[in-house]
Amino acid sequence: MSVVVENLTAAYRPGRPVLREVGLQVDTGEWLGLLGPNGAGKSTLLKAIAGLVSHNGAVAFDGVDSASLPARVRARMVAFVPQEPTMPPGMTVTEYVLLGRTPHLSYLGSETPRDLAAARSALELLDLRGLAGRDVAGLSGGERRRTALARGLAQEAGILLLDEPTGALDIGQGQNALEMIGSVRRERPVTMITAMHDLALAGQFPDRLLLLADGRTVAEGPASAVLTVDYIRDFYQAAVEIVEVNGGVAVVPLRQGTR
Amino acid sequence: MTTGPPSGLEAVRLRWGWMGAALGLLAASALAGIVIGPAGLDPRQVIGELVGGGQTSLSETHRAILWEIRLPRVVLGGLVGGLLSLAGASYQGIFRNPLADPYLLGVAAGGGLGATAVIALIPSADPRLLPLAAFAGALAAVVLTYAVGRSMGGRSAVSLILAGVAVAAFFTALQTFLLQRNADTIRQVYSWILGQLSTTGWGEVAILVPYAAVCGTALVLHRRLLDVMSVGDEEADSLGVSSARVRGAVVVFATLATAAAVSVSGLIAFVGLVVPHTVRLVVGVSYRSLVPISAVTGAAFLILADLAARTAASPAELPIGVVTAFIGAPFFMAVLRTTRRYVA
Repeated sequence: MSVVVENLTAAYRPGRPVLREVGLQVDTGEWLGLLGPNGAGKSTLLKAIAGLVSHNGAVAFDGVDSASLPARVRARMVAFVPQEPTMPPGMTVTEYVLLGRTPHLSYLGSETPRDLAAARSALELLDLRGLAGRDVAGLSGGERRRTALARGLAQEAGILLLDEPTGALDIGQGQNALEMIGSVRRERPVTMITAMHDLALAGQFPDRLLLLADGRTVAEGPASAVLTVDYIRDFYQAAVEIVEVNGGVAVVPLRQGTR
Repeated sequence: MTTGPPSGLEAVRLRWGWMGAALGLLAASALAGIVIGPAGLDPRQVIGELVGGGQTSLSETHRAILWEIRLPRVVLGGLVGGLLSLAGASYQGIFRNPLADPYLLGVAAGGGLGATAVIALIPSADPRLLPLAAFAGALAAVVLTYAVGRSMGGRSAVSLILAGVAVAAFFTALQTFLLQRNADTIRQVYSWILGQLSTTGWGEVAILVPYAAVCGTALVLHRRLLDVMSVGDEEADSLGVSSARVRGAVVVFATLATAAAVSVSGLIAFVGLVVPHTVRLVVGVSYRSLVPISAVTGAAFLILADLAARTAASPAELPIGVVTAFIGAPFFMAVLRTTRRYVA
């Protein structure tokens, strides 16, 4: 499923826009990484695409205007996994992942074996079968990420929006999370947009990157064109070195003061 | 065979085993409520009369006590307790607040004001108007509590309850003012404020039944959506559920349930807090089980509380609100301790 965003402007308070005339296009099955310093508008852009914040400008999925879609139909096309998902204590991993089936159920309906099968397959894909009966409140950081992602997969939407999928994870867990996401993409023809923080990983996983700063698009293209010393100095105020790895690039911060 | 917690669809279905236990408790409580009293009735004869429908060995007097005094009172207690517990469980889900309770949210006080206004200002009014008047007051109270609680800054469970305390105080003051201006009705309203289930036959039950049917059905049907709401408004919206619409619907039905209960029985505190919390400890956090099992357990709880109110100081009768507060207030303190983490 393709995503086209045109002239998207969003503000939480009048006169203080968080996004200014942002446009982007993601083709079916493509993975776009959203970069930008804190406060650049990455999360707001994802939420606007998911229809969760009011905005001006157009969002279309496979050419269909998102604003014309009922919320439940939209939720079958777009799954949004927030940066810090709320996990109600006492709920099991299976119950939580089954919440992803909500858009497939009528207002007062309940789950069928088909919904359980979708949840089970998501658990399987993310290697969570062993945790199915566990209380979500007792999960580790990496397990929480995978569980939240499993809920998004159970939604069986063509578009997956992930806000900081490596947030609060250590280097191994973060790498593992992105490998998982990469393997999901090999299993399912899903279009992905991920807001990313970790510039060591961002240049290696998505197909294409888009750099936001102060609510505007400032650069877009393959990793080698977006993750440059100049852009990172200008928009992150960081001194870095760019290392070519795995056909992508990794950003390494450099100490400026004397030792 | 699997071991450990359920991981299939049974995890998200009503837990019928516990529902059966709750129904058993309700049946036992109802029987106790019927047979115990100044004139003891024989349980076997009572069961025979209820099941067999007439051809039994009960004396005429005992039969009259059963059908005209005990049974209406037990049914009324069950309906009121069920409605208050249903409302409490629903408020806890929809406000994502473990402290939510019809009494603590100010809903009961709002209902009380609405009903008092009718009793004091329109003495000739049809008693069937009372639930509607109570509903108007109760809805005003819950909307005000929610608005004030949110404006106090959001996520804390305690801010909602503080708002509820303020709203309840305000509505109670208005109610007192009304009473002072209409002193001739003060006795009638005062006994009602304390909570009472004393009935005159089946009249109150008949008033309550339609509300119980409508609210019970609506809230039980919303129980899956209460689980969805537990991840927060934004995530519920991202799952295609309109959180505002669900909250509106659940608040209206929970408030109508509270108002109907309050309008026939007065302010009975803490039932909506004690019962869902206890049930949650046993059946888990999912509202799929919590809502219906709380309703049944609440019915049993109030029948037993009424039995205590009738017999503890016999022949005098304690107001049932005193009994439930006696159990509920310490319970509330205990819950408050375990929810300290929500306060910050």
